[in-house]
Amino acid sequence: MTAVLEIAPFAILADLAYWQVTSIRAIAGLAAVLLVAGTLVYVHLFKLVSFMQSRLGPMEAGPYGSLQLLAETGKFLQKEDIIPRRADRFVFCTAPFVVLVSTFLLVVVLPAGPDAWFISNDLGIYLAMAVSSVSVIGILMAGWGSASKYSLIGGLRATGQLIAYELPLLLAVVGVVIQAETMNLQSIVLTQAEGEIFGWSGIGNPFILTQFLGFAIFMIALQAELTQTPFDMPVAESELVTGYMTEYSGLRFLLFFIGEFATAGVFSAIAAVLFLGGWYIPGLDAGSELFNVIGPLVLVGKVVLLSLLIFWFRFTFPRFREDQLQKLAWKYLIPLSLANIFVTAVLKVLW
Amino acid sequence: MKLIPGLVKGLAVTGATVVRTVFPKRGLRTLIPAPSKGADTVQYPHVKEAPPTRARGVIALHEGNCTACMLCARECPDWCIYIEGHKEKAPPRRPGGKPRLVNKLDRFDIDYALCMFCGICVEVCPFEALFWSPEYEFSEPRIADLLHDKSRLSEWMETVPDFEDYETGSVAKKLKVPPT
Repeated sequence: MTAVLEIAPFAILADLAYWQVTSIRAIAGLAAVLLVAGTLVYVHLFKLVSFMQSRLGPMEAGPYGSLQLLAETGKFLQKEDIIPRRADRFVFCTAPFVVLVSTFLLVVVLPAGPDAWFISNDLGIYLAMAVSSVSVIGILMAGWGSASKYSLIGGLRATGQLIAYELPLLLAVVGVVIQAETMNLQSIVLTQAEGEIFGWSGIGNPFILTQFLGFAIFMIALQAELTQTPFDMPVAESELVTGYMTEYSGLRFLLFFIGEFATAGVFSAIAAVLFLGGWYIPGLDAGSELFNVIGPLVLVGKVVLLSLLIFWFRFTFPRFREDQLQKLAWKYLIPLSLANIFVTAVLKVLW
Repeated sequence: MKLIPGLVKGLAVTGATVVRTVFPKRGLRTLIPAPSKGADTVQYPHVKEAPPTRARGVIALHEGNCTACMLCARECPDWCIYIEGHKEKAPPRRPGGKPRLVNKLDRFDIDYALCMFCGICVEVCPFEALFWSPEYEFSEPRIADLLHDKSRLSEWMETVPDFEDYETGSVAKKLKVPPT
């Protein structure tokens, strides 16, 4: 395993001490996760959903309710942090942090410009997929540690679901990896930017065109990984109160809440990098320095677009039954993604 | 595979609602987003919708009709009505008759912290002493203040709308509410 781990992206960062680079990177990572999550919660969860139900949503806090999320955060911070008497205290208290850590580790591999990245790692997408599974452990910890039957059932459902849908998620990515011949996300973006469609290089070659099946499978599996509504059996509120989050309150509930939407944002960013060309937009040279500035904005724009799909599905479709969920994963998505890999590999060899 | 048209139709419904809400039809200005005009809801504390006249807002008491018969208190599922009364001598109805004994109301409280607005008390009252009023803004910072006493309940009488005939041609059922 010869994973190249470059540390300092910009030339100016190379002169700084290690702790300085690390703190800059930590702050940038926090901003990348939290700002995007906040944007998604406001634009989609508060506004888009309200419009879908022909209402306005929050309007009082700030102009058009834009500070509503701050108010909610303040509310959650004031609330009492209740720990059930029979709960496994250590497991109960650390579970939300485990869930959140997997989200924050995911953002590390994301490139947001030719020089704007945290680490450039040849394991790239492999690392992201591995790290994303850590959240399963956090959810199982929450379910087990709460000493509540709702939490336990929710945790077990979540585990079964996340394991079932991790497979199609991974297999859908393999098609992209085969086509791009690399697992480094930065190289995947550059491959798409410099690619051409039958000799025409006007818009590069975003893999959504050649890997549309992979994209569809990725988005469906993503919906299930995020436990968003058609697949929200783990938190099915009509059956399990709120599943593994039932016993949580105050700050720890807030962490789960942030984790849910931050993960939605980060996974949408991964989908944007894999299928929509990441920070690249047609019209500019991919090596242009300008992309260090507009690259992050382009990426956020694509994230908003992709998560719009996620939330649109979330607020349109009713919940699956548990057996329908497993049937969809094992009988349809996994064979389809295997076929996708096969076809991609054959075409790659032929071309 | 045969599910796909249904899934797409579902997405179209929610998508169309978004478009209808954000871009309500208003001629040339349709393209300017105006969700506050397209939404079906109103922003409550700023804009108030008049409730329907027969809305179940709050229960009003017409004190003069109450005989402290206790029917409402006994039928109340939540036991949120408190009645106390005593008997009093009243002058005879006709000259030369016997003086009558009537029930005088001392206390009539409804605890709106307990009330579930089922309206059984209004239905069960044989003397037309309880009425629905469509007023709904009577929340209090302190829960004890939700106990409305006789005078407070009588004040709600002013907000009780006039009785409307059920339908044209039906025998008009006018409520017998003599002045107190």
